[in-house]
Order: sequence, then C-alpha cells, then structure tokens
Amino acid sequence: MAGISLNYVLAIGAVLFVCGVICMTTKRNGIGVLMGVELVLNGANLNFVAFARYSSMGLDGHVISLFVIVLAAAEAAVALAIALNFYNNHLTIDVDRGDELRG
Amino acid sequence: MDSLGSELSTYLLLAWLLPLLGFGIEVLGGYWGKGRQDKRAAYLAIGCIGVSFLLSSFAFCRWGSETHWQVFANAGGDSGHASVLSEQGDADHAKHGNDGHEGKGGHADGHTGEHVAAHSHESSGDHHSEEVHHGPAPSFSGTFYPLAQFGSLRLSIDYYIDSLTLLMFCMVTLIATCIHIFAVGYMSDELTDEYVDHSAHTADGHHVHRPGRFHRFFSFLSLFCFSMLGIVLAGNIFQVFVFWELVGISSFLLIGFYTERKSANVAANKAFIVNRVGDFGFIIGLMILWTYCGTFSFGDQKLDGQEQPGLFSMIRGADGQIATVGDDVILKTSGHDGHWDAPKEGEPSRTLPYLLLVVAGLGVFGGCIGKSAQFPLQTWLPDAMEGPTPVSALVHSATMVAAGVYLAARFYPVFTTEVLLTIAYIGCITLFIAATIAVVATDIKRVLAYSTISQLGYMMLAIGLGGWAAGLFHLITHAFFKSLMFLCSGSVIHGCHHEQEMPKMGGLRHKMPITAYTMLIGVIAISGLAIPGTSIAFSGFHSKDAIVATALAYTKLNPVHFRLFLTPLVTAGITAFYMFRLWFYTFTGKPRDEHVYDHCHESPAVMFMPLLILSVFAAGCAIGGEGGPLYQMIGNSEPVGVASGVEPGGVANVALPSHHDIHEVHSTAGVVALLAAALGTITAFLLYCRPVVDPGLIKRQFSGVHGFLVEKWQFDNLYDAAFVRPSHIVGRWCAGFDRNVLDWVLHTAAKAAVWVGTIDRKFDEQFVDGLVNVVGNVTRSVGVSLAVFQTGRIRQYVMFIAVSVVALFALLFAFMPKA
Repeated sequence: MAGISLNYVLAIGAVLFVCGVICMTTKRNGIGVLMGVELVLNGANLNFVAFARYSSMGLDGHVISLFVIVLAAAEAAVALAIALNFYNNHLTIDVDRGDELRG
Repeated sequence: MDSLGSELSTYLLLAWLLPLLGFGIEVLGGYWGKGRQDKRAAYLAIGCIGVSFLLSSFAFCRWGSETHWQVFANAGGDSGHASVLSEQGDADHAKHGNDGHEGKGGHADGHTGEHVAAHSHESSGDHHSEEVHHGPAPSFSGTFYPLAQFGSLRLSIDYYIDSLTLLMFCMVTLIATCIHIFAVGYMSDELTDEYVDHSAHTADGHHVHRPGRFHRFFSFLSLFCFSMLGIVLAGNIFQVFVFWELVGISSFLLIGFYTERKSANVAANKAFIVNRVGDFGFIIGLMILWTYCGTFSFGDQKLDGQEQPGLFSMIRGADGQIATVGDDVILKTSGHDGHWDAPKEGEPSRTLPYLLLVVAGLGVFGGCIGKSAQFPLQTWLPDAMEGPTPVSALVHSATMVAAGVYLAARFYPVFTTEVLLTIAYIGCITLFIAATIAVVATDIKRVLAYSTISQLGYMMLAIGLGGWAAGLFHLITHAFFKSLMFLCSGSVIHGCHHEQEMPKMGGLRHKMPITAYTMLIGVIAISGLAIPGTSIAFSGFHSKDAIVATALAYTKLNPVHFRLFLTPLVTAGITAFYMFRLWFYTFTGKPRDEHVYDHCHESPAVMFMPLLILSVFAAGCAIGGEGGPLYQMIGNSEPVGVASGVEPGGVANVALPSHHDIHEVHSTAGVVALLAAALGTITAFLLYCRPVVDPGLIKRQFSGVHGFLVEKWQFDNLYDAAFVRPSHIVGRWCAGFDRNVLDWVLHTAAKAAVWVGTIDRKFDEQFVDGLVNVVGNVTRSVGVSLAVFQTGRIRQYVMFIAVSVVALFALLFAFMPKA
C-alpha cells in the first residue's frame, strides 16, 4: 500500500472518467449512456476517496462518495424509468431518435 | 335688567328663527313631489310667522311689565317733559361750546355746572319717570353666537333690543301673518298641476303651462320674513348688511316669481341691481367705520371681561354730542357702564376725520336710498309690482322698504348734520316726485307703489329734520295702512281676474263692499283726514301731522330751508288727491268695462279677514297721537342728542328743532296739513266722483306735463340712456373683443398645438418606434441564431460539454499565471 501514491489513484480516476465520457458520447443505446454516467460518477468517487486518504480532511471524502453512490442509485432508477417510457414511445432506446427538444 | 335682556333676546331669537325653520322645512320637505294641490306648505308658513308674532307680543308684554309701563306714565305730562328736555339741550349747548372754544374753558365750565345743577333740581321735583328720557335710551345688546374673528375684526350674530326693536318685531310679524293668510286665497290658483300663465308666451305663441308653485311662494315668504326680522334684531352693522342682502335676494326671488314673464325677470333684475348701487355706498360706510372705530357693534359690549363701547357710544357718547378737535372727531372710548366720554389728557385717544364720518354716514344712507327706493334710486320699486300682490304688500309695508328707513333711524347717532340735511332733501325730492307720478298712474298697484315711495320720502324727511320719532311713527302707521291697501288692491285684482287697470274698473263697491270700505279706511288714513278740532283721526293723520310739525319747526329755525316744509305740505294735498282718485276711480261711478264688472266678485273670507284685522290697526294704531302709546314707545328708544336743539354749525349750518320747538308749532302744522289734505280730497271728489270738469280735458290741456309724469319724470329713460345703454355698448365691445381678439388668440394657440402635435407624432413614429423595433429585431435574430445549437441530441450535448471543459482547461493552462 505504501508504494502507491496519490497520483496513481488520480490517474485511474481520470481514465475511468474519460472512459465514461467516451461511452456517453459514442453509445446510441440509452442503457449504454447510463453505464457511461456510472463510470463518470465512479471516476469522481475515486478522486474523493483518494483525496480523503492522502490529506487530513478526515472522513469528508468518504461521506461524499457514499452520497454520490446513493444519488447514482436514485438517478439510475429515474433514468431507467425514462428509458422504459422512451421505449414505450419510440419502440427503441436509441437516444438519437429523441430530439423533440430541438430548438 | 340683564336677566330681562337675555329673556327678551331668547323670545326674539325664537321669533326670528321660526320663519327660517319654516323655510327649511318647505324647501327640504319635498312638497313639490306630493301633488300641487297640497296647502300644507301655507299652513306651515302661517304657523311659523303666527307663532313668531305671539312670541314678539309676549316679549313686548314682558318688557312692558318689567319696566312697569313707565313709557306710558309720562304720556300726560308731555309739555313738562318737553321743557325739561330743552333745558337738557341748553346744557348740551354749553358743553358743546366748551369743546369748541377751549380758550374760555374755565368760564364755560362754570356755566355748564350751573345748568346741570338747575336741571337736576328741576327733574327731582318733576315726574318720577324722567330718568328714562335722560340717560341713554334703555337697550339690551349682546351676542348670540360669535361667527369668526380675524385679528381685531370680530364677526358675530348680535342682538340690540330696545322698544323700537320690539315694536318693529310685533309690526312685521303681525303684518306678515295677515299677508300670509291673504296669500292662501290669492295664490290659490297656483294649487294645480297645470297652471296656465296668460301673461307669458312660449316661442310658438302659446300660453306657458307649468306646474303650480304654491309651496315655493310660501317658502320665499318665510325667507323674506326671516331676513327682515334679522335686520331688526341685528346688533351690529355687519349683521345688518348680511340680512340686508338676504332681503335683497328674497325680494329678487319674489318679484321674479312669475319667472316665465320677461317683465317679471327684468323687474327682479332691476330691483336687485339698483339695490347693489346703494349697497356699494353701504360697504364704503362699513369700511370707514370699522377702520376708525374698530367695531361693528351698535351697543356697548363686554368682551373678555372688558367693556367696549359700541359705535353709537363712540361717536355720540353719553351726552349725545359729537366732540371735535380741528377737523377730527374724538371717539369716546373712555368710561364704563354706558357712560362713555372722550379720553382725558394723557389717555390714548382715537380720532376719526370729520369728513370721513360724513362720507360714512352718506354711504350707509346710500344703502338706505337703494332699499327704501329714494331719489335717485326709486325706479325699481314700481317695477317690483310684477310680483304677486301679497309680495308687493310685504315689500312695501313691513319688510324691504321699511328696512331702509329702519336702518337710517337706527344709525341716526352716526349721522352728522350735513348727512341729515342730505337725508332731508333726498326725502323731500322723493316724496314730491313720487306723488306727482302717482297722480297720473292708472295701474292700481302702481299708484300704491308711487304712494309708498312718497311716504318713504316723508319718513326720510322726518329723520333728516331731527324728527326721529315722527319718522318711525309714520313708518309703523304707514306699514299698517299700506299693507291694508295693497291687500285690498290684491283683492280687487283677484276679484277682477287679474285686471289691474283702473280705467277698466268702476263701481266695484257694489260687488265687493268689504274690500271697498276697508280700502276707504286705508285711503283716509294715508290722506291724513281728521275731524277738525278733535284728535279723532286715523293713524296717518297723527304721523303725518308729526312730520309736518317737525318740518315747520325746522323751517322756523332755518328759514333758508323753507322748501323742506312747503313740499311735504303741498304733497300732503297731492297724496289725498291721488289716493281718493284711486278709490273713486275703482269703487264708485258707473262700471267702465261691463265684462270686468260682470265677472268680478267679493273675495273669500280667507282674503277679507286679514283686511278687517289690518283696517282696525290702520285706523287705530296711532290712537292718542303724540301722547298715545305708539308714539311713546318709539320715543322711548330715541337716541340721545336727537332733537335737543342742535345749534347751527358745520358746513350745513342748520339747527335741529327741539321737542319743545316742535310742540309749539304742532297745532298750526296740524291745521295746515289737514287743510291741504281736505283740499286734495275735495279736488278728487269733484274730478272723479261728481265730475264738474272732465279729467280727460285737463289731461289734454296739460298733455306735456301729463306725458312727462306718465314717463315717470323720464327717470327710466334717463337711466336707460345714461347707464343701461352704455353698459350694453360696453358689453358689445367686450363681446367683440372676445370674438375678435381672444378667439383669435385661442384659435392660433390651438393651431400651433396641432402643428406641434404633428411634429411630435412623426418623431414618435420614426425615431422612438424605430429604436424599439431595432432592439426587438436584434434580440430576435440573436435568439434564432442560438437556436441552432439546441439540437435536442443528448450525445451531442455531452460532446459539447466535454469539448468545452477540455477547451477551458487548455485556456487555463495557457493563460493562468504559474504559481
């Protein structure tokens, strides 16, 4: 454990984040987009935990990451409900088909 | 005595306010909505004025019993009292001389002392009631309600009560009650929803149809009585002025009662405007008196616990003389308890230039000229005949014209000898002019109107000559017989279905005997006929006799002014002539117009009962002549310094006769006045009853004079040329100025405004609107161009965000200063 410095953990968090963003932008499947979102959130969580571990802020980072996990669960529930409705309306979950909010 | 004063003031206040209450109820009570046949308004008005009369009479009796009828106690000892008064006069002379020649002060002082001592000795041995006549006339004054105070200008509702006030109250309310009752009968044809006015025409030539105005007539009558009683009760000159104007407006309303008739409108306007001319003088007089005396009040008053002399005390003081130094009059402000005198050396004193006192007197008298229709403002009164006859009776006897004489008498202490001489001459001119016009008038009401003017002239003459009590004596007796005669003429007019021209009447005494013989009583009373050698006569004889006696005594003292005796004497004959002419013309001989005669009828009881009541008073109110109760009552309020034999002095240089002087010539005057009246009566009898000469012949013979008199001495034409037409011309000029100059200015301004408006519109449309549009358009196009970025594709949005964040980081790295 001692050999692992903060930078390694941040690098993994960054990789996770970027993977999540790429997933969100490239996947046309709504579920895929949600998975990208989870990756982004977890990237961020990893940063919180890492900073909490390597600084003197106590448990703040851990608590926030717990909040984020809870929020991610709630968000996933809402997003899946949206996905189901989307499917009801469009018979697909291709997000590119849902452009009704075009200006 | 104070408690009596407040008691009397309460009764008179109630008597005064009752007609106002009646007026208020009649105006606000909604009588016009409830059918025009309702007589309740009349009963209400009669009730109010009748109760006023009862209250006045009660106040009168209270006053009498409190003073133990002392007024009448010395009725028998007339001559003794006169001689004592002349002593008093002498003493006053000496005092006056003292004021005038200060060099001989010591000597004159001793002289005065002697006289006063002698006088007091004599009076103690004489009648017990002499006190009443020597102090200032007993009067009660006080305040009902303070209205306002502006600095030292204090306005309040005051009262000033003496025997004259009480007498006037009884007279006015009694006559007004009779007239109200009479009017119920006279105005009965107004009790309809559809009154046809045969004297007024609409534009298409039909008679005017309108709802009857019975209640309106009575509400105006009530207002009129209230105003007149206000003048009589008033305790300060400002209050007099207020009610003076109220009398003016109510007479305006009543004269113009038949408002659809043009002649009635013109007459109402004329009465109102001519009165304004006199009121202008009144206001000048008020201003002068207030500026110099600082008070409007007649009697002495207690203000904030401090006694303050009223106008009369300030100018005349306790001794009744005007004190002068050089050209100034010293105001008597030092003293207390009604005994006011000029301030002594060292005390602060106030003076009033003598000339201004004369101007103030003339100004106030100017108001009296207007109200009492004296020369040169007499023209409104005959025209005032356009009103219904009960109004004429009220205006001509008890109220409006009496107000002028009453004020002249009330204000007597302020008048200087110059003013008195003017009053005498004005009265003299008036009585002659009016009497001559009355001789040729043919309208029954106009004859009476001119006779009123003439008799008012007599009253003014008497006041101007120092016959204060004689003038008021005539005022009261005249009020009774003139109201009687007016109501009789009203009865004739009513009976003859609104025919007023005497040449169409004749022989009416067979048809309306009560009217005819009550009228005869009035005619005898005004003519001043009596049974020679006795004092059995109707009221007019006594009062006219008193005036002629005053005039004779005056002429004896001032031979220069002999016209002031001759004119009233001759006019006494003319008066008898025209009054009997009226009576013979109307009631005797053969009917001249069968149609009128056949249709005429005696009036109903509601109309002839007042005639009977008034005829009793017209015959008997002056019973006993100058020893009688009426004259004594009036004499009781005579201001000090009246007729005490003022010695010649001043610009006018006249002496006023004392009671003693007048008494000496009384029998002579009585005989000549009676001779004149008898002569006039006989002439009228010979011309109109048993014609020995045809009056028509005389008329043709003197057609020039006749025409001149018919034209009322050309006064109306003169005023028309001198005032009315110039006013019209000025009016047309003003109208022309309005049309040509003011209208042009207005039109130009309007055009300029329109032009400015056009420019403004262009600016608005092109500049302001353009600016707003540009802002709107730009905003819109920006929005449209930004809408391109909102694709609605979620992946693109994420892309934008990611790219933007990367770009932001790149920028941060590039530009953030290195730590």
